[in-house]
Amino acid sequence: MSIHKTAATPGTEREHALALLRQMLLIRRFEEKSAELYSAGKIRGFLHLYIGEEAVAVGTMQALTKEDAVVATYREHGQALARGLPAGKIMAEMYGKANGCSRGRGGSMHLFDAGRRFYGGYAIVAGGLPVAVGLALADKLQERQAVTACFFGDGAVAEGEFHESLNLATLWRLPVLFLCENNLYGMGTSLEQSESQTDIHLKAQNYNMLAEAVDGMDVLAVESATQRAVAQVRRGDGPYFLELRTYRYRAHSMSDPELYRSKEEVAQWRGRDPISLFDAYLRGQGMLDDVELKALEADVANDIDWAVAEAEKGEWEPVADLERDVYAGVAA
Amino acid sequence: MTYREAVREAMREAMRADPRVFLMGEDVGKYGGAFSVSHGMLAEFGPKRIRDTPLSESTFVGAGIGAALGGMRPIVEIMTINFSLLALDQIVNNAATLRHMSGGQFGVPLVLRMATGGGRQLAAQHSHSLEGWYAHIPGIKAAAPATVADARGLLLAALKEPDPVVLFEHATLYPLEGESEDGTPMQFGRAALRRAGRDVSLITYGGALGKTLRAAALLAEQGIEAEVIDLRSLRPLDTETIFTSVAHTHRAVIVEEAWKTGGFAAEVSACIMEGAFDALDAPVVRVCGAEVPMPYAPQLEQAALPQPEAIVKAVQGLF
Repeated sequence: MSIHKTAATPGTEREHALALLRQMLLIRRFEEKSAELYSAGKIRGFLHLYIGEEAVAVGTMQALTKEDAVVATYREHGQALARGLPAGKIMAEMYGKANGCSRGRGGSMHLFDAGRRFYGGYAIVAGGLPVAVGLALADKLQERQAVTACFFGDGAVAEGEFHESLNLATLWRLPVLFLCENNLYGMGTSLEQSESQTDIHLKAQNYNMLAEAVDGMDVLAVESATQRAVAQVRRGDGPYFLELRTYRYRAHSMSDPELYRSKEEVAQWRGRDPISLFDAYLRGQGMLDDVELKALEADVANDIDWAVAEAEKGEWEPVADLERDVYAGVAA
Repeated sequence: MTYREAVREAMREAMRADPRVFLMGEDVGKYGGAFSVSHGMLAEFGPKRIRDTPLSESTFVGAGIGAALGGMRPIVEIMTINFSLLALDQIVNNAATLRHMSGGQFGVPLVLRMATGGGRQLAAQHSHSLEGWYAHIPGIKAAAPATVADARGLLLAALKEPDPVVLFEHATLYPLEGESEDGTPMQFGRAALRRAGRDVSLITYGGALGKTLRAAALLAEQGIEAEVIDLRSLRPLDTETIFTSVAHTHRAVIVEEAWKTGGFAAEVSACIMEGAFDALDAPVVRVCGAEVPMPYAPQLEQAALPQPEAIVKAVQGLF
């Protein structure tokens, strides 16, 4: 693998490149802090970490405007951060506090932000795909130029809704950008163990959709592929499919003993770490040195401290408000 | 006007008034709807607003949810309630949860219409009554129009709701003739008194209303005056109307086509115990469908459905 510069890559200007690096660092440090807070009992329930996959969320999100919509999964802290949800509101949500981005009703798996058209994390695998198709249909019917970016994992490929949604999106030429984060495992079941065709983008091509596989550890490759894909979708010719090949370093969730893969395999992927690779690339280009990196890390650390402080100082919603927001107008 | 035409008229009225309203589902366009409900609508509104879908219940219901999130007012038709099971994930995990799970940021103003019930010899995969399953779920509203006027009125009311509404249209009602009344939208969640009486409250909904009214007529010949309550809405449930009636009659029989075990009649019965126990002079009784997948043969199917004679017998047992 090599990080290569192409004419279509806008991320080669120093400022932009450092912004990409900063966002990836923010996600990584946020997730590390989340794991720590989970062990401390501050975060409960399920916690699915994004460490190793940062280049996917950060690279793809560069191609979207604020008019575009995002649909994600239960492993969506990275997408939420890259979309601009304040880290404090995400952390407060994971604490279950009322100042969380879903008022403490969703937790780690269900982050929402109407203002940023972030339509949430969906914890039923493939359950977000039909919703994304519908959002795109609404945009098309209302003649808006928006694109709906729909994230899902390789596990979703085995679900019927994946096939139904790809078919409908092409059939109706809807502006959906399908973003398959192929991290090779659906929980503990490998892609090879569950799919007769492991080149996922080929499945999409069978639905008469433009589809390609991208190195998901290379933030610039992800960014440039997504720029191309979004430009195509905006032309109104229908959906586009990117298979982003990546890897999660951490367990599926915090309760996973990782019996299904070898330490060697994890180590091999860590050798292609998206942050290290980009760091090396930037140094090679003369865009980054130790002082710069240290400053970035300090800046990110400040954000994380602020996020934790926001969560700590957040209020618990009164139990009297339990049944609020089940129906419209039933507020406390 | 027939029940079928009343549903169609309500949809046409809504689509003429509001460009955000559109219809999608299997065979709603060229075919005119499996039950001819949307007959002629493709010609009037065009393929952008009358959308034939592939046989992908989960995805076209989910697309309805997404379109509602995106500012549209979709009507999604599912051919039968049995087929709606293919879309349960979207209805239960998404439509019902999104407002709450997002802390009130998003609503899903989606209307889902589906045919329900037996009586047409379509056997065990087209004939069940699962309305109670939907009524179980917080976050959605569920109603079963039993008259021509309600077929129109409840659909128009559903389209004003900011939350997902499931409408159950009993398939034997489509040819029913009746008055459609004026177009004034009715309020959601109110039961209707279909017959006044002093001796017993017969509480029912949807396709069982006709048989319940026939039972009431048979009872009148025997000198028993039954009051008939049509629930119309299963969620929210109009317990006030139920309690008022039971306070007046002191006896209650609940009639529904669904299986008795864990059915909606059990819910109504429990509500009466909790809210009107002191008014009762006899145990609450249920007349429900037999505990069997719906059989094809006509005599077996009729025996599986609650009939007027069974209702009469149940009432007689209370005196």
